[in-house]
Amino acid sequence: MSNDLPLPSAEDRGGPAQPILIVNGLRKHFPLGGGLFGGNKGAVHAVDGVNITVPKRTTLGIVGESGCGKSTTARLLTRLIEPDEGEVIFDGEAVGVPGGMPLKELRRNLQLVFQDSFASLNPRMTIERAIAFGPQVHGLPASEAIERSRHLLDRVGLEPGRFGGRYPHELSGGQRQRVNIARALAFNPRLIILDESVSALDKSVQAQVLNLLMDLKDELKLTYMFISHDLNVVQYISDHVMVMYLGQVVEVGPVEEVYAHPRHPYTKALLSAVPSLDPARRTERTPLTGDPPNPINPPPGCRFRDRCPKAHAVCAEIAPPSVAVGADHRVACLMADPASGHPDAS
Amino acid sequence: MSNALTQPTVPASIKQASRNYWVGVLRRIGREKLTVVCAAILLLIVLLALLAPWLIGADPYKTSMIRRLLPIGSPGYLLGTDELGRDMIARLAYGGRMSLLIGVMPVFIAFVIGSVVGIFAGYAGGRINMAIMRLLDVFYAFPSVLLAVAIAGALGQGISNSILALTLIFIPQLTRIAESVTTQVRTLDYVEAARMSGASSLTIIRVHILGNVLGPIFVYATGLVSVSMILASGLSFLGLGVKPPEPEWGLMLNTLRSAIYVNPWVAALPGAMIFITSMCFNLMADGIRSAMEVTE
Amino acid sequence: MSNPLISVSDLTVTFGGSRPVHAVNGVSFTVGTGEVLGLLGESGCGKSVTLRSLLRLHPPRRTTYGGRIEVDGHDILSMSEEQLRRYRGSVTSMIFQEPLLAFDPVYSIGRQISEAIRRHRAMDGTAAEAEAIRLLDRVQIPQAARRYHAYPHEMSGGMRQRAMIALALSCRPKLLLADEPTTALDATVQIQILLLLRELQREMGLSIIFVTHDIGVAVEISDRVAVMYAGRIIEEGPIAGIIGGPAHPYTRGLLASTVTQNMRGTRLEAIPGAPPDLADLPPGCAFAPRCSHASATCLASIPAYETHAGRGVACFHSLNDEGVPPSVTAKVS
Repeated sequence: MSNDLPLPSAEDRGGPAQPILIVNGLRKHFPLGGGLFGGNKGAVHAVDGVNITVPKRTTLGIVGESGCGKSTTARLLTRLIEPDEGEVIFDGEAVGVPGGMPLKELRRNLQLVFQDSFASLNPRMTIERAIAFGPQVHGLPASEAIERSRHLLDRVGLEPGRFGGRYPHELSGGQRQRVNIARALAFNPRLIILDESVSALDKSVQAQVLNLLMDLKDELKLTYMFISHDLNVVQYISDHVMVMYLGQVVEVGPVEEVYAHPRHPYTKALLSAVPSLDPARRTERTPLTGDPPNPINPPPGCRFRDRCPKAHAVCAEIAPPSVAVGADHRVACLMADPASGHPDAS
Repeated sequence: MSNALTQPTVPASIKQASRNYWVGVLRRIGREKLTVVCAAILLLIVLLALLAPWLIGADPYKTSMIRRLLPIGSPGYLLGTDELGRDMIARLAYGGRMSLLIGVMPVFIAFVIGSVVGIFAGYAGGRINMAIMRLLDVFYAFPSVLLAVAIAGALGQGISNSILALTLIFIPQLTRIAESVTTQVRTLDYVEAARMSGASSLTIIRVHILGNVLGPIFVYATGLVSVSMILASGLSFLGLGVKPPEPEWGLMLNTLRSAIYVNPWVAALPGAMIFITSMCFNLMADGIRSAMEVTE
Repeated sequence: MSNPLISVSDLTVTFGGSRPVHAVNGVSFTVGTGEVLGLLGESGCGKSVTLRSLLRLHPPRRTTYGGRIEVDGHDILSMSEEQLRRYRGSVTSMIFQEPLLAFDPVYSIGRQISEAIRRHRAMDGTAAEAEAIRLLDRVQIPQAARRYHAYPHEMSGGMRQRAMIALALSCRPKLLLADEPTTALDATVQIQILLLLRELQREMGLSIIFVTHDIGVAVEISDRVAVMYAGRIIEEGPIAGIIGGPAHPYTRGLLASTVTQNMRGTRLEAIPGAPPDLADLPPGCAFAPRCSHASATCLASIPAYETHAGRGVACFHSLNDEGVPPSVTAKVS
């Protein structure tokens, strides 16, 4: 299918059982203040020891509230920001180490679609040329790149003859997001990170784009990382889901399992905060009080304990390790660890 | 997906579309009457200055002791004569050459240098940016008029020295504008997307940054032309710029100052030219700025 | 409920310019005392424009209003600037998506609230301050007396939203206009704010008009809901009725394209196309170009808004419970 495209897609090296992406101990702290005379004011612990595994041709949903580090994670994986620490293995090959996969090749295999469809397109470039830019950088002659771009426009449902020469401001939000998807596809990537890519769209348009994403995934054998605050959409599109809180993963597992039997109190709260569509079953109690705190110099122990209804003295002492509570289902809560000393542990 | 080859290719549409933006800008400028009028006046002044030897019969250097300070409307001297009896029309037209040169040249040189330094600083960010910008901040510690006088004074009298002094004044200002615009654009998602494509910094600057930052810098620079003209006039007025008997508006204003009680209207003419020209540059810059804004 | 508190009839709002934009095209609705009306619709449907018209917040030089708005006996569209100033805040007040717009960054939030109280209610400084602290406490801001002196930028998003609600309610309005106040908030904070609004509404007997694009939020807050499309209300009714049995094809499409729980593995029923250009509206039903039930009539003329048993709909082919237009069933049988 994709082999007839001018840019050859990277070979599937590791076989179907090899996860397309493995991330170990990803860490990024942004130092605060500083400047000429500023002392060390601490750091924003944006991403703090995150492990991720994404099996091939699946979708990993990442959910969490503002400041949980989900967007930073996306930027770290695409190397728009340099991580402080962490190992990235793409289809069995370590990235950016001698003898491993070079960065430029990772970037071709891993693309990112942003939330803001307008800001992610150059306002003075026709959409056709915007899509062609990437392949041109990778050495495709201009005419072929444009042809490829028109072909991709057609694939994402925009008639190339009608839309190719338009500027971003002449398109609607949904059309612009299709262009951004086409631009990501121009590299023949194997993994696409969708960072709130459908969140800003109207519901009727969002459904069109979600359908398109599902089709493309099957057709082009893609793998997605789907970052969103909308839990319903994440449930709809994902196979696995990862819940983040203040730069750490608190729970990860198959989407049905996590949605049906959430083990972390934060996951439970997040799920019950979703408004139901049934007027007879309106939410009566707030699942959590307060706002998500800033990830600046987080206290030791469990980071959720200030808002947790089940917090106990021991939560301030031990940072909860990630423990398996089922097939592929892991949770970082002392209550899931019988040996932790938490009274509600089981 | 192999039907790509059968897709009708309309390469003309690309060219047509990329022209559309500037066509739109021109159309929007055309709709603003004030901008059009200013541009027309400027064009007139420039043409008058350039074509002075062919348009004006009178010699701007020819003095006459008997025809000193004739009032406006005198026969043969439509705009009168100056304190040495030279024809004002000729002096104003020839003076425009020098004044416009001193107005535009420093801004143009500073535009080129400032854009390069500013875009580099803005795109590099971090410590490099900090070092460059703090260095330029030193210039901001002095009022620009004072700085121009000081530099021109140190370099000595002469046109090229005035141009050099003014260029040095404008470089920090244009660098700062270029830096701030680039910093804004650099963090936009489309630049990040370009970085993700693996493109080199030079390619990204050329393809994605330049087109989006040169416009605002250019508009700012256009506004500086009037400042440059006024400063240059000031330098000539102080005797640091153009040497007499060379006609130049600022210098003319200076030498005619003593005639202000005898013939105020003639004495005010060079000032009026400076005022009209700089005003037109300012208003035109505003017009271009609003026409270049792509909203919706 | 003899006379409704708010009665809007045939409201039109047009923004001038070289291409006039018809943002609102004949909107009529009523809201009773203590009732919560949800205005639901997608971007550019005119829901926010309608809401802002109730305070006449649009720039007067560019805006042309038509029709009539009556709130608590005041005829809004014919008020003088002076009357409008007194009406704003005391009878009707508003909360926004971005609370930073409602506050002046250089004064503490407490001071801004107590000043609003002093302006509209006869109270001296100390009493107003005490009242402001009581309000901050009422909107569940912890340590209200201390937060009285906090500046807007020092507070988190959820706290600012609460402070804005306190400011909006400081002059005891009868009507609260809410323009997507929870859209920018995190899920766990959004539900807290919605519950708080519901509580305050019951306690103070407030009427609320709540604009949102999120059906889930509309369900949580409203008694009745009006669905807007291209500047018109196309369907209105009790929230349970609309969710349970949408009569307009657009409402039905909107519900079907909204991802809800447990839809995994099903294909979404997206509405094809995009909403029309408000500067260039089609002559007939604005939804007809995207509607699968559209007929020649729909393309030619605008369907009248018909009400029946508390439900209203503007469609030639309004749907029954099976989602099939009655005209089609009639032909089959």
